[in-house]
Parts: sequence; structure tokens; C-alpha cells
Amino acid sequence: MNKKVLTTPIKDEDLEDLRVGDVVYLTGHIVTCRDVAHRRLIELKRELPVDLKGGAIFHAGPIVRKLDDGKFEMVSIGPTTSMRMEKFEREFIEQTGVKLIVGKGGMGPLTEEGCKKHKAVHAIFPGGCAVLAATQVEEIERAEWQDLGMPETLWVNRVKELGPLIISIDTQGNNLIEKNKAEFNAKKGPILEKIYSQVSFIK
Amino acid sequence: MEKQAAVQSLTDTMAKFTAYIGKHLPTDVEKKLAELRAKETKPLAKAIYLSMAENQEAANRLDRPSCQDTGVIQYFVTAGAKFPLLGELAEILEEATREATRTAPLRHNAVETFVEKNTGTNTGTKVPWLDWDIVPDDDGVTIDVYMAGGGCTLPGSATVLMPGQGYEGVAEFVFNVISSRGVNACPPLLVGVGVSTAVETAARLSKKALMRPVGSHNADPNAAKMETLLEDGLNEMGIGPQGLTGTNSVMGVNIESSARHPSTIGVAVNTGCWAHRRGRIRINADLSYEILTHEGAKL
Repeated sequence: MNKKVLTTPIKDEDLEDLRVGDVVYLTGHIVTCRDVAHRRLIELKRELPVDLKGGAIFHAGPIVRKLDDGKFEMVSIGPTTSMRMEKFEREFIEQTGVKLIVGKGGMGPLTEEGCKKHKAVHAIFPGGCAVLAATQVEEIERAEWQDLGMPETLWVNRVKELGPLIISIDTQGNNLIEKNKAEFNAKKGPILEKIYSQVSFIK
Repeated sequence: MEKQAAVQSLTDTMAKFTAYIGKHLPTDVEKKLAELRAKETKPLAKAIYLSMAENQEAANRLDRPSCQDTGVIQYFVTAGAKFPLLGELAEILEEATREATRTAPLRHNAVETFVEKNTGTNTGTKVPWLDWDIVPDDDGVTIDVYMAGGGCTLPGSATVLMPGQGYEGVAEFVFNVISSRGVNACPPLLVGVGVSTAVETAARLSKKALMRPVGSHNADPNAAKMETLLEDGLNEMGIGPQGLTGTNSVMGVNIESSARHPSTIGVAVNTGCWAHRRGRIRINADLSYEILTHEGAKL
């Protein structure tokens, strides 16, 4: 099967046929953007130092090494827990025009709404696979808001076939992880009933 | 050895070991992941396990931290009262953390609270975090180094149950934490459970439980039985790698406990992600050492 590769800038039509559970890869640019960057844009109303229209963000705080020639080397970059950005993401999508949000785990109803209204998707990169992702970064082209320290700096990465990226929220607002969680919770009760009868240690 | 040279030597060993465990998983975890991967039947879950294996291979080949989140460094010290550098050990471990941060390199993960500034060294107020146990007649020291990323730290939870809720309440608490918050914490997880009196005693035990090998069991038969029941039960939920569903959910459940107040059951859950980066090293009085968790490790 051919790899499905998205290329930045991403257009609405690139995403409209994607559904949760589909696997894609990304070629082009992706900017790391996590807690404080979201807070600065949404709460503190500061302008982002990067243009994200049609772009991609990575919920990630990498390990970066500064080289002797002043450039930066991507050592290790994996996704962080996306749910931390849920509070801000709908407005973030609306304000920036970002099309692809890469992270880890699920996001909530606000992001679903943002993805549906503005034709964007959230995708999961396998957590902990940070050297795999680093080998897919061709170059760190810029580093903005370095005052935030290594994890929170906006690292502008040029990537080649970054992935696998598993679509977890699609442009129709379907949410893979929320669906999975509902299944897990439905199974929980009957499993616990079986355990209860065997752990009555207080007699 | 002169004291200053001894301090330098142990600092060097601990810096190298700290950097090492960020790049290589312990043997028990590697074996368990290989077993779970072999048992997996869902295509997407199999693809994730493949990415995980490729990542560990790349980390080894390129000598890099396998996950970018190298945590706030924690050292669990089981110190012999007669260890010659007992009084210097805290400073040694702090310096080892600074050194490993530069050489590995590790991500800068120490943010001073209230000041809200990243120190850039992975050291700060009470960081690296040290946990001490003293062994009376020993002249060596055993140290567990642990790197927990933010992802698998977030599900951490503790509460105090009423005795009427019993061990049934303990099981329910564990399931609620894992099904709601464990999904985002990079499963398959190692689940640490502390059963005790209060939140802090249970919480400490739940973290100590994560220092025990995958597949090991509590010495008490009832606790061991509960470990198996919880492990099988959680696996039946089929959380799969990264919460994307699969044949299993966890690498295991380890329970540690203490005697408790008759009126309370303190229970806590800590989770270790699949990239469970912990290592145990035994240092002798002459500062020779043995690595106990990673077969064939060389510093």
C-alpha cells in the first residue's frame, strides 16, 4: 500500500477524505507548540512569531543540541500529552489556520468542534518514539521564543515523511480516543464485578 | 583513594549511568515488550509496536535518549549505614544529574515553582528528587535511577478509602485511574499501586512498586493474587499501545504495601510508560559497581 503523505501548506481538500484511524505522513514544515505558546496566543493575546496558515504544529518539547556553527541539531522529539492543550486548541485553530495538530493521546470536544468547523485534524505520533521522529527531521530552520527554555521554544522543523501519524480527530469531528475510552469504560464494570468477589480480604 | 578523587569517581559513574538509562530500556521491560508485540493481533497496534522497536534500535545506534522527555531525575537510594560516601551522596547525585544533562544530553526539565523559570540544569530545589532507605550493617549502596516523563506522571492519583470500601474499592480506584487517564500515558503501562494508611505513604509505595521488575510478585499471597487479577482485568479492557486498542493493556501491576491504620485504606496509583526508564546499580565500598537491570550494559 502506498504511503499517504500530506505536504505543507495543507489544503482543506487534502484532509476531507481522511477518517479516524487512517495513517498518514507529513513532508514540509512542523512547528513545536505546547503549553505556554498556546497560553501566550490565546490568553495573553501575543502574536505568534510563525505563520501557521495551512501549517502543522507538534505538541512536543524536544531535546535539541546547539552546534558550534550556531545551528541546532534535533536529538530527540516525541509527542507530549495533547489533552493539556484542549483548553486552548479550538481558538488556536481559529486564529492561526493550522491544519494538522500532531500529539499524543486524545483531545476533547473543543478540539473536535474546531477541527470540524475549520477543517483541521488531530493525529497521534506514537509516544516515546522520539529518536524515530528526530531522524525524520531534516533541519531545524528557526527557533522562536527561546526565552521559554528548551521544551517550550517554537522549533520550526523541516521534515520528510514524519510518521506514522494516526488520525484521531477528523474533519467531521469524529474522535478515535474518546470512542475507545467509551469502549474501555463499558467493559470496566463487568470486569470489576469478577475481581470484587475474589478480593474480600477484610473478613 | 583520596576522598576528593572518590567523590569524582562516583560522580562520574552515576552521571554515565543516568545518561545510559535514558537511552536503553532495562532487560525485563525489553523482554515484556517483545512478548506483548508477539501476542498482538490488531494491525494498527502491531504497527505501533514496530515503531517502538525501531525507535529503541535508533536510540541505541545514534546514542540518544530514546524519549525526548527524560523526566525530573529521581534516585531511590538504599544506603548502607557504613557506605564511605554516605554524607557526600546527595551532592554527588546532584552533580551527576548536571553532568548527565550536558553529556547525554537530557531535556531541561526542572522548572522552579512560583518563580516559573527553567533552571536549564535539571537541578533545582529538591531536584533531583532523592528517596532514602538505610540498611544498618551494609557498606555499599544500591541506587535506582528513574526518569518518568510528564505523560506517565499525569495519571498519578491517591485517595483514602473507608475500610467499608475494602480491597474492592482499591480495585475500582486502580481501574478508574487507568481507564480515564492511563490511556494518554503511553501504554502498555507498568502500574504501581500502594496500599497503606494515608495519601503520602501510599503514594511513595506506589512509586517504589515501579522499581520492582516487570513480572515480579509481592511476597504476600493475597497481594500477589490481586496483582494478577488487576493485570488480567486491565488487559481484558484491551487498551493497546497508545490507547489505540489491542490485545493487552499493561506490562504488569506491582503492588507495595505497609501496615495501615484500622480506620483507613490509603491507595495510590503511579504509572510507568512503555519506555520505562529505570536502572538499578549496586556500588560497593571500594566504588566498584554492578548494573543489575541491564544485561550486558557498559558505561
